Amino acid sequence: MQKNIILAGVGGQGILSIAFVIDNAALDAGLQFKQAEVHGMSQRGGAVQSNLRYSDRTIHSDLIPLGRADLVLSVEPLEVLRYWHYLAPDGWVVTSVTPYVNISDYPPTEELLEELATFPNLLLLDAGQIAQAAGNVRAQNMAVLGAASTLLDFSEERLLKYVEVLFLKKGERIVEVNRRAFRYGRAAARFSRELLDRGGAPLDALALCRKLDPASIDPVHAEAWSALAAANPDKLQTILDGQETIACDQVAGLA
Amino acid sequence: MQRQLLLGDEAVGLGAIHAGLSGVYGYPGTPSTEIFEFVESYAKKAGNIHAFWSTNEKVAYEEALGMSWAGKRALVCMKHVGLNVAADAFMNSAVTGTNGGLVLAVADDPGMHSSQNEQDSRYYAQFALIPCFEPHDQQECYDMMLEAFELSEELSTPVMIRLVTRIAHSRSAVATTPEPRPQNDLEPNRDIKKWTLLPSNARVQYRHLTEKQPELLRRSENSRYNTLSLAGNKGVIVCGLAANYFYENVGDEHDLSVLTLRQYPLPAAKIRALTEHVDELLVLEDGYPLVESTIRGLFGLQNVIVRGRMSGELPRTGELNPDLVREALGLPPLETAREPQAGVAGRPPSLCKGCPHTDTFRALNEALNTFDNPQVFSDIGCYTLAALPPLEAIHSCVAMGASIGMAAGAAHAGYSPAVAAIGDSTFSHGGITPLLSAVQQGVNLNVIVVDNSTVGMTGTQRSMSTGQTLDQIILGAGIDPAHMRIIEPLPKNHDVNVQVIREELSHQGPSVIIARRACLEAIKRHKVS
Repeated sequence: MQKNIILAGVGGQGILSIAFVIDNAALDAGLQFKQAEVHGMSQRGGAVQSNLRYSDRTIHSDLIPLGRADLVLSVEPLEVLRYWHYLAPDGWVVTSVTPYVNISDYPPTEELLEELATFPNLLLLDAGQIAQAAGNVRAQNMAVLGAASTLLDFSEERLLKYVEVLFLKKGERIVEVNRRAFRYGRAAARFSRELLDRGGAPLDALALCRKLDPASIDPVHAEAWSALAAANPDKLQTILDGQETIACDQVAGLA
Repeated sequence: MQRQLLLGDEAVGLGAIHAGLSGVYGYPGTPSTEIFEFVESYAKKAGNIHAFWSTNEKVAYEEALGMSWAGKRALVCMKHVGLNVAADAFMNSAVTGTNGGLVLAVADDPGMHSSQNEQDSRYYAQFALIPCFEPHDQQECYDMMLEAFELSEELSTPVMIRLVTRIAHSRSAVATTPEPRPQNDLEPNRDIKKWTLLPSNARVQYRHLTEKQPELLRRSENSRYNTLSLAGNKGVIVCGLAANYFYENVGDEHDLSVLTLRQYPLPAAKIRALTEHVDELLVLEDGYPLVESTIRGLFGLQNVIVRGRMSGELPRTGELNPDLVREALGLPPLETAREPQAGVAGRPPSLCKGCPHTDTFRALNEALNTFDNPQVFSDIGCYTLAALPPLEAIHSCVAMGASIGMAAGAAHAGYSPAVAAIGDSTFSHGGITPLLSAVQQGVNLNVIVVDNSTVGMTGTQRSMSTGQTLDQIILGAGIDPAHMRIIEPLPKNHDVNVQVIREELSHQGPSVIIARRACLEAIKRHKVS
């Protein structure tokens, strides 16, 4: 078993915090790992990435070769485009769609999402919305980590343990916010994955997740939502066009 | 055995601590900073290791040498270009030799992630005639430190450990020794001739240094880090972490003859054994083609085709990576999910929102707008980012402190206004002496010291000359108090600041403007104002 992950984002978005959690989970699980990161000048609002590899065998290179990445995990949608050519043909992209706009030529978000949607193995997440719902907009990185955790080889408990270690110094409240962001992100990803497996498109799954209260999202309802989308697309569209946020389990009353 | 999650830098620091370290010295510089910081945070708890940033790398090196003279073990760490600053002390410490173990950890930056060149420190080790270790992973960063201190004391020589960015700033699990070695006792070396490099003594010491070389070579030949395995008639030399990129691509199933190189001086007998065995030889090294050029010599090898950075199989410049090595090995590229995306908007680093430097350079730009193409000589720090849009306020960045010396030289040539911009910590590092020189010569120049109270770029370490200390140094250098002006770079003070800068630009003679406001990142991290 070997997993090669490219973590991507912008300096200050907490890429290295994500790396901390996965590194420690790998160490805890008795696996080999290497994780190369970038310090210094580029951390000042520039594009940053970290190459993270874990395996049950020896890992040689600190850098992931072209074509060997299993996952691009990005806290920001534009940054995916910088690294997705590292992915193996069956690799995955898990990314937040919340843009971090600190440059003048940032592409229009709609175009960017259309571009991302051309990728076959794609999970999209509104990490800004989820972090907000979890209690702090800065917890977007943990929301994305939660979403990607479905593709990692560690239990939820093991990962959450190191989310706690990471934020312990900042107090119990911040720990709880970040654990919550992780859980919401994970639930949204599992829910989306169920929708995709039933033939849903990533952008549609994203649109539905955005409509739902992040605290309520539960993959057990994915089947019902898929059924609704198939049986009564107009009704689903009316819900998506509506103003209010709804709970995931309300699907029962809609079908 | 305990496994710890460590950066290569941190593994170097921990290795030094476990080797019985008594003092760590250095000046912050990417990618070396975390070596010092790791020992510093340990020392804060344990309290028995001297850990205080020095004003520059030369001072750091000399302090470390003094610790060694006193019989204790010292680690001095810096980035590659920092060794240029420390070179005088460094070269001569090889001639004096050491007493307590002295290890220099120097982190090179191939690819220039955060540097102005990609010089290769192995040349410095060769130049000074000292041994050099080049770890290929984080475990070796730790292990080699233990050995480096032993070697230093045994042979009375400073020892270099050479890192590159990818090892310095990459994490892995490191198994550590169960029983750290105790520190040395205070046992100064009173062999006065050894330490007093008057020509008559220095000649003797230098001869001693050259006489050590056969023993250093013997150590390299027998080093467990320099391994030779002869197989097919194609050979590869893998230096330091280049081994990782090699094995990533070929695994254990190959028919290549391989020499790993991680301890210098170059083990000539092993290299000869390899070259006599093969028809073709590929040299993989991150940095300059030191090994490749040595093997080629001036006229090349007979009967062996040597490939590497000099032959074009690998790029002459830039960082090595597994993909370049794959190509050089003649292997086909792996299949990927995508072609590289064309035209992705760049996202260069920028000054933080609300950064005092932004206000300073906005004011400077406006004050200079009456001149055609004004030149601002600048220096190394966050403020170097003012070279980029939207500010585009500075027009040079060469070496620590070079802003003032270059502005003075331009003024000597008749250029006006000669403006230098330098940070408070860079000023203490390398700006005091050129300012003193300019004042003594009465040069017509304007120095802007952007005093943000910290070493911002490398992570807000303590600055040596900020606030009152900075003012006193500037006045002590002989600046007329009427022409040492202090401004507070804030948007609301913009017009006043422009006015102050204009007044000083019109002054004939040396002047200093201090733009003083604390770094926001430092305020956040240290809760200081």
